Amino acid sequence: MRLLPCGDTGLLVEVDGLPEVLALADAVRAAPPAGVLDVVPAARTVMLCVEPGTDLTEVRRAVLGLDVEPGVAPPDGERVEIEVVYDGPDLDEVGELTGLGADGVVAAHTGTPWRAAFGGFAPGFAYLVGGDPRLEVARRSESRTSVPAGAVGLAGEFSGVYPRSSPGGWQLIGHTDAELWNIDRGALLQPGCTVVFKALS
Amino acid sequence: MTRKLEVLATGALALVEDLGRAGLAATGVGRSGAADRAALRLANRLVANPEGAAGIEVVFGGLAVRAHGLLTVALSGAPAPADVDGTPVGHHALVVLRPGHVLRLGVPPTGLRTYVAVRGGLAVEPVLGSRSTDVLSGLGPDKLTPGTMLPIGAEPDELPLVDVAPVAVPAGDEVVLRAVPGPRAEFFTDVGALARTTWTASSRSDRVGMRLEGDPIERAGSGELPSEGIVRGSVQVPPGGEPVLFLADHPVTGGYPVAAVVLDADVDRAAQVRPGQPVRFVLVPPPWKESP
Repeated sequence: MRLLPCGDTGLLVEVDGLPEVLALADAVRAAPPAGVLDVVPAARTVMLCVEPGTDLTEVRRAVLGLDVEPGVAPPDGERVEIEVVYDGPDLDEVGELTGLGADGVVAAHTGTPWRAAFGGFAPGFAYLVGGDPRLEVARRSESRTSVPAGAVGLAGEFSGVYPRSSPGGWQLIGHTDAELWNIDRGALLQPGCTVVFKALS
Repeated sequence: MTRKLEVLATGALALVEDLGRAGLAATGVGRSGAADRAALRLANRLVANPEGAAGIEVVFGGLAVRAHGLLTVALSGAPAPADVDGTPVGHHALVVLRPGHVLRLGVPPTGLRTYVAVRGGLAVEPVLGSRSTDVLSGLGPDKLTPGTMLPIGAEPDELPLVDVAPVAVPAGDEVVLRAVPGPRAEFFTDVGALARTTWTASSRSDRVGMRLEGDPIERAGSGELPSEGIVRGSVQVPPGGEPVLFLADHPVTGGYPVAAVVLDADVDRAAQVRPGQPVRFVLVPPPWKESP
């Protein structure tokens, strides 16, 4: 764990990889040091944003004193079920790339629960991890100029659902009508929650 | 009758802003809020509002608003000359608008953003707990346009304590900003170069960030950085080597290395820098003691 300076209102904590990121973010959310306003996990770091005037010496001490054990089952986060029609334009190609065939991709995507690791890219977008490792595929070599809202995609170790229409390079395997983002409620997929995909025929 | 402020003219850009949305960054929603928070707070204190009440952020003057009902307002930030129905009124001072009165702002001689606080606050519908417009994520009220009617909230119980605040206005010459090196200082051959260059604020600056022009900063190697969280005040250096100082509506995460982060108190001053104005950084140590 490496603590990196970020002015007087941030502390960037760098760790070895995503399991450590998730464990650290869980630990900080469970016992936030005084003054911490925002916890922003990413692929290899967790940013702690603090209230101006917060004593960062104390925040550093609190972070260094956290008991962080990666790999331990995440705390019981909310469980969100997302119904998907698996009709994406890249489904057959992902079936070939993974050797699973289209039906095998659907079975793998729905067969293992995912976990919302971190947000970013657009309000409501969550990077989902922890799914079937056989689904790891590279991004498309060329990004689409417009991916429709609700598109369900794969990229690297991640899966995700586009909250709104935007450009995107993920492999699209299906779509959902679930409302990922709503200005009254915010994001459907909060970091830490468990996500289960269900196939609609 | 509901008290309202009717927008007659907006100048370049006028937005409703409060102190923003905290705690939602992990879902991709940034803090946003007034670009110069100190100025909005001061204007609110003058009219005895809570500091986080919503006001109008006006870029480069040009706002004209008509009072519907009896309203008390205060101006802060960039010292745009102001008048009410042609009679000049002061900056950092209480101004009473009678029904039908029109408040007009001219172009400020220094600074960029003027704030208008109304006693009672602007009572537009909040989005995710804030009335701020976030231009990056498209959240919050639409930008103001002629004809917009802004509802005003109930007046607070507290009464204004002072008529005028003797506060310095934004500087018109070189602006010096204190910054802590890091978190990614090691991505550059010499982060000190940031402090040795006199930068110029670009006209491509906005609420997302202030773009700086000057001698490009040299990268050490070509290591890739996975996206990571960034805070307001971060000085990010894209491959071209000219820094971007992130302001109120910065993205929640970014993939280019951040060479230094401007101290929070100085980010408000940065938000008042006009295109073409010189900017210099002074590097200061991190605000903590090493040994835990």
